[in-house]
Amino acid sequence: MAEFTKVLDVAGVSKRFGDNEVLSDVSFQVDKGETICVLGPSGSGKSTLLRCINWLERPDAGQIYLNGERVGINNAGIVMGDRDLSKIRTRIGMVFQHFALWPHLTVLQNLMEAPVHVQRRPKAEVRDEALALLAKVGLSEKRDAFPARLSGGQKQRVGIARALAMRPDLLLFDEPTSALDPELVGEVLVVMRDLAREGMTMVIVTHEMAFARDAATRVLFLDRGRAVETGSPDRFFSNPETERARQFLQRYAGDIANGKR
Amino acid sequence: MIRDFGIVWSERSLLLSGLANTAILSTVSAVVALLLGFVVTPALMSKQPVVSGIARVFVDGMRCVPFLLFAYIIYYGLPSLGLRLDNWTSGLAALTIYNAAYMAEILRGAWVVQPREPIEAGVAFGFSGLRLFRSIILPPLLLSAGPVIGNQMIQIIKDSAFLTIIALPELTHAASSIQSRHYIPFAAFITAVFLYWGLCLVIEAGVSSIGRVADARR
Repeated sequence: MAEFTKVLDVAGVSKRFGDNEVLSDVSFQVDKGETICVLGPSGSGKSTLLRCINWLERPDAGQIYLNGERVGINNAGIVMGDRDLSKIRTRIGMVFQHFALWPHLTVLQNLMEAPVHVQRRPKAEVRDEALALLAKVGLSEKRDAFPARLSGGQKQRVGIARALAMRPDLLLFDEPTSALDPELVGEVLVVMRDLAREGMTMVIVTHEMAFARDAATRVLFLDRGRAVETGSPDRFFSNPETERARQFLQRYAGDIANGKR
Repeated sequence: MIRDFGIVWSERSLLLSGLANTAILSTVSAVVALLLGFVVTPALMSKQPVVSGIARVFVDGMRCVPFLLFAYIIYYGLPSLGLRLDNWTSGLAALTIYNAAYMAEILRGAWVVQPREPIEAGVAFGFSGLRLFRSIILPPLLLSAGPVIGNQMIQIIKDSAFLTIIALPELTHAASSIQSRHYIPFAAFITAVFLYWGLCLVIEAGVSSIGRVADARR
């Protein structure tokens, strides 16, 4: 089998909640090593799109492929059982807006829980890797602390390290800095920038325009559930194709100009 | 008076076996009631109106029936329906079923205030089914419900005293046998009170150690 450089292929995904069509016919691809920032006004379906990728939400239509393998539907064309779904989910790391750390476990245990109990990798190996990841996000001294004792920025760095501990093919970020105090945003973005530089494949839903402009390889602009524009951040930020994108960017003009956040 | 307590002392083996029976009765029914609670709670929260309705009727029903009456029904009432249980089985069943309703309500209360996101993160990280429940959902739930569950255990210990009326040889039963044999009600009953108190202290020590574990994580 040929090696896939296309890590993620989202093809014609739609999702509705009752009468509300949240996503309609969204398609995009992510190559290995790419950082895609998903931008758009709130309520445009960004988070739902992200949650459809690992089937936290079940799409109503469309296909999702991870490294050429269909997510959520097995070879027989039936919805996957828990076991198959969980196997594919372990290859997609996820970072949550409100961190979603497991409160009863220490920082180190948070990193080790899924690799040991879901992936069933040897504990000693997982532990060494987890310690290295904590060093990478600058939290080695917090390994025995419980999440409740950490600042928001520290929690989110643990959240990122926890996702990396799964050795995922793809990392999803759902507004990773939206719940943080402004002065704590920077420390999280630094970690994310490093990952982008190292060639981690990432899909990031964010409102950090300066980050998207500098760190994204491509931008996907969603509006009312549709993928309205996709392209290089340079072109999107300097010369957006659609009126909707122009209006959207105007609201963030100050942030982008100042290089703030 | 001192002499009365001397008589109680001479009957200590009876009292201690009563204490042991009370401890066994309370522990077994608390554990089984908690386990049943884990079955009833999801039923209470079910989106199926029939399932949640039945669970709701059971829980509200139990909570409105005096325990003594419920024990009467199990021991004296059921035989007229053709189900005859001995006093141990009746006592255990009454205490367990009655408290399962309370446990279910306690767990439901703790469940609904648990944040959704950590559970969702568990799913996203590949946890599912029993493993998800055991590793991700249950521990924070028990930590937050721990003190209230401990409180309910104290209630169970006190309720078990009612089972003296169906001749279960528990602590209250032992104390009343001693008093009727020697006519020393004060000494016999006050001794029993202190033994109940001792049991409750053990529970409270357990609760406060759960509390310490929970506080470190809060």
